[in-house]
Amino acid sequence: MSDRPRRLALVASKGTLDQAYPALILATTAASMGWEAGIYFTFHGLDIIHKKRHAALKIAPVGNPAGPIQVPTLLGVIPGATTAATGMMKRWMGRANMPGIPEFVEMAQGLGVRFFACSTTMGVMGVEEDDLIPGCDIAGAAAFLDYAAEADVQLFT
Amino acid sequence: MTTPSEINMTVDCSGLLCPLPVYKAGIALNRLAAGDLLELICSDPGSLEDIPAMARQRGDTLVSATAEGGRQVFIVQKGGGA
Repeated sequence: MSDRPRRLALVASKGTLDQAYPALILATTAASMGWEAGIYFTFHGLDIIHKKRHAALKIAPVGNPAGPIQVPTLLGVIPGATTAATGMMKRWMGRANMPGIPEFVEMAQGLGVRFFACSTTMGVMGVEEDDLIPGCDIAGAAAFLDYAAEADVQLFT
Repeated sequence: MTTPSEINMTVDCSGLLCPLPVYKAGIALNRLAAGDLLELICSDPGSLEDIPAMARQRGDTLVSATAEGGRQVFIVQKGGGA
């Protein structure tokens, strides 16, 4: 082991429930192993650290062939399909003792995982700093790449 | 052979999936002193590879690993000591 801790740099670009978990799982694991870890939340991934939205992330039944409810693309417009698929995924997670997204976010922050909020996304989508959970660094691409350039592992989720 | 009296802390992660065993083990190991022994009980099949990898990455030592009937017991010694 070198003197410098290993570093994980993740980009979380998607805001559906099933795509929020992997970034949080990887980051909490890295931090638990003594690594530095940072996540760049961009585009819909920003919902993962949005105070009002992160408890309500949903599963997209359309275009998600491995989702909990199989919905042909044409039928995705049926009201309730998203709610049903989301409810099913949340039940699966609960049954497996997996924390919800807000709890996972807290766990990650408690371990010192650094959260970067994409400033462009905030501008485009009208998200204010107060809309985000406390402790996020508002950053552009250069600031995140500066962090990621020193990382041993970089992943896009 | 490690005897129960030498264990400094036990964490039961039965029924928990990745990343929770590593998460809980990491918190426990951070609280222990160098050289202390953590006993970790797991049931996630992924833990068989995860716990040794965690110990390696943290610089701790996996003292023993036993698996029987879906129950795994790991002894991890916190690194950083002499």
